Amino acid sequence: MATAGEIALAAVKRDIRNRWLLSVPALVIIALAAIGPLFVMLLYSFMVKGDYGDVKFGQFSFDGWFNVFFTRDIFDDTLTFADAHLSILWRSISLSLITTVTTLFFGFPTAYFIATRPQHQRDTWLFVVTIPFWTNILIRTFAMQEVLRNEGIINSALRAMHIIDSPIQIMFTNWAVLFGMVYVYLPLMVLPLYASMEKIDFRLVEAGYDLYATRLQVLRRIIIPLVKPGIIAGSILVFIPSLGAYVTPRVLGGGKSMMLGNLIELQFGQGRDWPLGAALSITLMVVVTLALLVYVRNASRGGGGHG
Amino acid sequence: MAIGKAAIEAVGVTKIFQSSGQDSLKALDNVSVRIGENEFFTLLGPSGCGKTTLLRLIAGFDFPTEGQILLYGKDIAPLPPFQRPVNTVFQNYALFPHMTVGQNIAFGLEMQGKPKAQVEARVEQMLRLVQMEELKTRKTSQISGGQQQRVALARALAPEPKVLLLDEPLSALDYKLRKEMQIELKRLQNETGITFIFVTHDQEEALTMSDRIAVMSKGKILQVGSPRDIYDRPAVRFVANFIGETNFLEGKLISSVKGEAKVALDVGETITASLADGVAPSGKVTVVVRPEHATIVDKAKKATLAGKLENIVYFGTDTHYHVKLNGGGEFTVRHQNIQAGRLTFEKGDKVGVLFGAGAARVLRD
Repeated sequence: MATAGEIALAAVKRDIRNRWLLSVPALVIIALAAIGPLFVMLLYSFMVKGDYGDVKFGQFSFDGWFNVFFTRDIFDDTLTFADAHLSILWRSISLSLITTVTTLFFGFPTAYFIATRPQHQRDTWLFVVTIPFWTNILIRTFAMQEVLRNEGIINSALRAMHIIDSPIQIMFTNWAVLFGMVYVYLPLMVLPLYASMEKIDFRLVEAGYDLYATRLQVLRRIIIPLVKPGIIAGSILVFIPSLGAYVTPRVLGGGKSMMLGNLIELQFGQGRDWPLGAALSITLMVVVTLALLVYVRNASRGGGGHG
Repeated sequence: MAIGKAAIEAVGVTKIFQSSGQDSLKALDNVSVRIGENEFFTLLGPSGCGKTTLLRLIAGFDFPTEGQILLYGKDIAPLPPFQRPVNTVFQNYALFPHMTVGQNIAFGLEMQGKPKAQVEARVEQMLRLVQMEELKTRKTSQISGGQQQRVALARALAPEPKVLLLDEPLSALDYKLRKEMQIELKRLQNETGITFIFVTHDQEEALTMSDRIAVMSKGKILQVGSPRDIYDRPAVRFVANFIGETNFLEGKLISSVKGEAKVALDVGETITASLADGVAPSGKVTVVVRPEHATIVDKAKKATLAGKLENIVYFGTDTHYHVKLNGGGEFTVRHQNIQAGRLTFEKGDKVGVLFGAGAARVLRD
């Protein structure tokens, strides 16, 4: 006869088995839709490139990864650092960081403003924030061109006010890309910030004032620590898509202000170098993962986070 | 009770809340009150009477539409809350959830720019005062309601405010804990010597803890006095009704001499009653009698009022006798259940109600 201990153990085992069974559908989807394609990419990055795109299956080569970091001169075979790739990588990272900081800078007061409105007004404001989502990003980006180009709204306004004589070149610079990305990703910062600000008990703010904290101290010591989950979520939501942005740098940055997304697209398109494209994609993913790890670890330290 | 130096003085304070529609709400209507140094002063009233508004004006979360708020003679009404040496214990405690117990208590001191060692020492001292030493490093979400209450008190007392404001701090606690905290609050007030301004809608809490009580209704202060004053000598009908249970008897004034009045009650009898201060009554008046100030007697004996015993409700410490008066209307008598004097009346008995002129008071309406 089984002892009480054995019966309990069997129950625990059954419980664990049931849980695994219940998660099988989700696990299958994750395996097929996320891990599978990644595995294909990894495989492709170690193949010899095909003559008209694609790869020559079964022929292993490190050329794809080699080409991420180095270029071999066509004429004399000398090796040089692939500084074009690195400058694109650097531009992607720095532009994404600046985009994240800028959207945070504008998004924070916006979210605070909405969160402190009376309930019925908040819905209207949130609605206003989400209106840009109704239009395709490509169309919005082309509209941005209309604002930024030499004969566009900004330049003609400045000229009409006689502040400048000749138009400022904004299009096809990093500024144009930054402008476009801040515009596109701002709602993605505002919404999570609002979600965590809405939960703040504003009596805590009063308690802060009551205990001799000035406005700035209340912001720094009470509001920011409490909305930290929103800041983290918003930053992730803005930083990751910025890093892989494709449409905005393509339309507003042209060939001069290329970002990683465009570089990767180039390899799979005109470049016909799929192994390099695959290797670049994985590089991008590693960069994102590392950045996230560092960020989340730093953010959850100090103050300890909330909840 | 005589008040010495006034710690807080409200002078003609009016607060009007402009709502989004055209209607505005007059939360405080020309309120003036003096709150003495080291006093345990209670603002008592039903919800919406303006007591919390007055507290918030003193704290600086709102600003008066008219009037002055003086702290030791200096007008603080225009100052923001962080420039007032006044701290608040909030109704829901409003402890910072991202900080530990110790960090919560240290917050006010740090904001005042006190040196680290001094902050540390003061936090320890406050933790001892509220008996929470061992919970210093706990998160505020990991402690019980009563403990949160103590932390809120310690946090507000740590910067040594001139006045401590308490906004219904005990309302979230269960009955037993509330009783404990009432005694605790009283002890803290004695030990620190800080002026406490306490807001509550609980009349029992107000009576047991306060040095003086201000009873408020509809944005006005109706009566200010010691608990005994308020209970025994209510000036107006609202106060008599709001605090404790009371029998109201309507009648016509016949004559009044030197604080005593003869009143012909609507129920038939004519009684002698004392006059509340400053009452110059005429015509129709209201007489109040506390249930415990009257006794129930046999119908054969001499009594003030006559009636029939309608109901007997046993409360443990005392028994309530509901008498249907012969002239109409009800009268409640409370009799303490002492071993020797157990009453032997039964439901339906014809009885008399007896009370003296001192127990019956003619009210200002």
